[in-house]
Amino acid sequence: MNSQSNAMPDSRRDSQTNGPQVSAPAVISATRRMCWSVRRELWENRSIYLAPLAVAALILAGFLIGIVHLPEKLRAASALDAMHRQASVEEPYTFAALLLMFTTFVVGVFYCLDALYGERRERSVLFWKSLPVSDLTTVFSKASIPFVVLPLVTFAITVATQALMLLLGSARLAGTGLNLWSRISFGQMSLLLLYHLVAVHALWWAPLWGWLLLASAWSRRAPFLWATLPLLAAGLVERIAFNTSHFAGWLAYRFMGSPEGHAGSGDPMTMAAITPANPAQFLSSPGLWFGLAVAAVFLAAAIRLRRYRGPI
Amino acid sequence: MASIEARGLRKAFGATIALDGINLRVEEGRILGLIGPNGAGKTTALNAFLGLTPYQGELNVLGRNPWTERDQLMRDVCFIADVAVLPRWIRVSQALDYVAGVHPRFDRAKAEGFLAKTDIRPASKVRELSKGMVTQLHLALVMAIDAKLLVLDEPTLGLDILYRKQFYDSLLNDYFDRSRTIVVTTHQVEEVQHVLTDLMFINRGRIVLACSMEEFESHYLEVTVHPEHVAAARALKPIRERQVLGRSILLFDLTRDRVDHQQLAPLGDLRTPSIADLFIAVMGNQAGQAQGAPR
Repeated sequence: MNSQSNAMPDSRRDSQTNGPQVSAPAVISATRRMCWSVRRELWENRSIYLAPLAVAALILAGFLIGIVHLPEKLRAASALDAMHRQASVEEPYTFAALLLMFTTFVVGVFYCLDALYGERRERSVLFWKSLPVSDLTTVFSKASIPFVVLPLVTFAITVATQALMLLLGSARLAGTGLNLWSRISFGQMSLLLLYHLVAVHALWWAPLWGWLLLASAWSRRAPFLWATLPLLAAGLVERIAFNTSHFAGWLAYRFMGSPEGHAGSGDPMTMAAITPANPAQFLSSPGLWFGLAVAAVFLAAAIRLRRYRGPI
Repeated sequence: MASIEARGLRKAFGATIALDGINLRVEEGRILGLIGPNGAGKTTALNAFLGLTPYQGELNVLGRNPWTERDQLMRDVCFIADVAVLPRWIRVSQALDYVAGVHPRFDRAKAEGFLAKTDIRPASKVRELSKGMVTQLHLALVMAIDAKLLVLDEPTLGLDILYRKQFYDSLLNDYFDRSRTIVVTTHQVEEVQHVLTDLMFINRGRIVLACSMEEFESHYLEVTVHPEHVAAARALKPIRERQVLGRSILLFDLTRDRVDHQQLAPLGDLRTPSIADLFIAVMGNQAGQAQGAPR
């Protein structure tokens, strides 16, 4: 009952202050709207950081079990040549990084497929569109997850996991006379990881993220099928019409392989092997810039679709 | 100044014409009720006002083109849609944080004040709230925004009587002042009758009736006719007749039929009709005309 008596003076005061507020409305910068929108994505999709954290916990648990044999393994590695010794010592750390990268890659794929589809399916798009946030800001905030947030999350969690593994390993080696830190260059490993995440996950795979977001903005149902079937169909048509598989080859080159990695097929799996060897060469390769241009077109289309598409 | 101005507003979905060249002007400070049967084009019209759907024709909302300037327009416009559209995963506190983060005219303290009067806890997720509470939350968010235009599309659909009553009460008492404009569509016509300042009937994408509530009250009269005067009353060409408990109730359009209070008063008890009765009369006549029209 007191609601009315409380609220009436409020609304009167409001109407009095209405004038000045209209002439000088509080301004919220585009950056701030963007930040809140990215934050909103993290609230909704907690798997962005929970999934890699869970995997990191699994890796650490596995590492703890396997740590018993660490001294023997290090002694055995001493017999190998320099390159294989390095690979053998670094193997668990590389494996941890690869597993975490795979995890966030999968998270990224599912995130993108749902990003512009889920809000239409649950009709909350009507709420988001009732706020002064443009379609451009919304799509950019969603795109920032695979382009910026996931690489950063991957980097932070991987480095933390590797640091913990190193500490645990060193504790196990205490008193054996063996030293882990002299065999592993942690700083270099982290730098290489960061470079790999930026070069491959964010830049080289840009058209993948753009394509998935476009499929998500486009589909009225089954965004996964919309994302995959057209590619499959394109490959099939090419196969039947020309009996070639350039499209499939191009897709494989883009997503399965790595851009100009310097490893031969027989070499051990290391971070260096799946990362473009020369940054200058990578940055000047036409393949990278073509991919980025394609990603930009996909994102522009997704922004336009977000404006047209209503709730499903 | 007009809040909404439309000229020749058209929208077609394939072969279905949802809006068939609508002209309307909603002045600032009015509460307009947009009434029509399902599929009449109400929601399409609202979507066009809000920049949610492209359209043909001219449309100006608060001096802006809603389709090309939706994000700027939404600084001055609030909107509650026909179904609960708050995301189910969001926490009440997160919803407050986000709106405060992106909306320059949002007064967080005010929204918290509204919520304090409800049973809604800040830590609750929307999916844990009842339908009535979700509407309360949405209303609290919207009422804390100092907007010039509020658009409500079936805001009380699916709510029980208590929540419905409360909804319009808080809207009028805590929100509305003469500088704001409200456009509302609803099927619960009787609830908004005392709320509206303007009335618009829409059917098959066309406006079939538009008047202020003052005009409505002076133009239409319902007479519960004494049995002995029924024939005389019918001769005055009512726009609708219905039977309630054995008595004839006739609805007159005073402007069209050139009848007035003095003629009708001796025939029975006079009163202002409900919007619902007028709606049925107008829509019924429309349907009759459509059926009677030569093919």
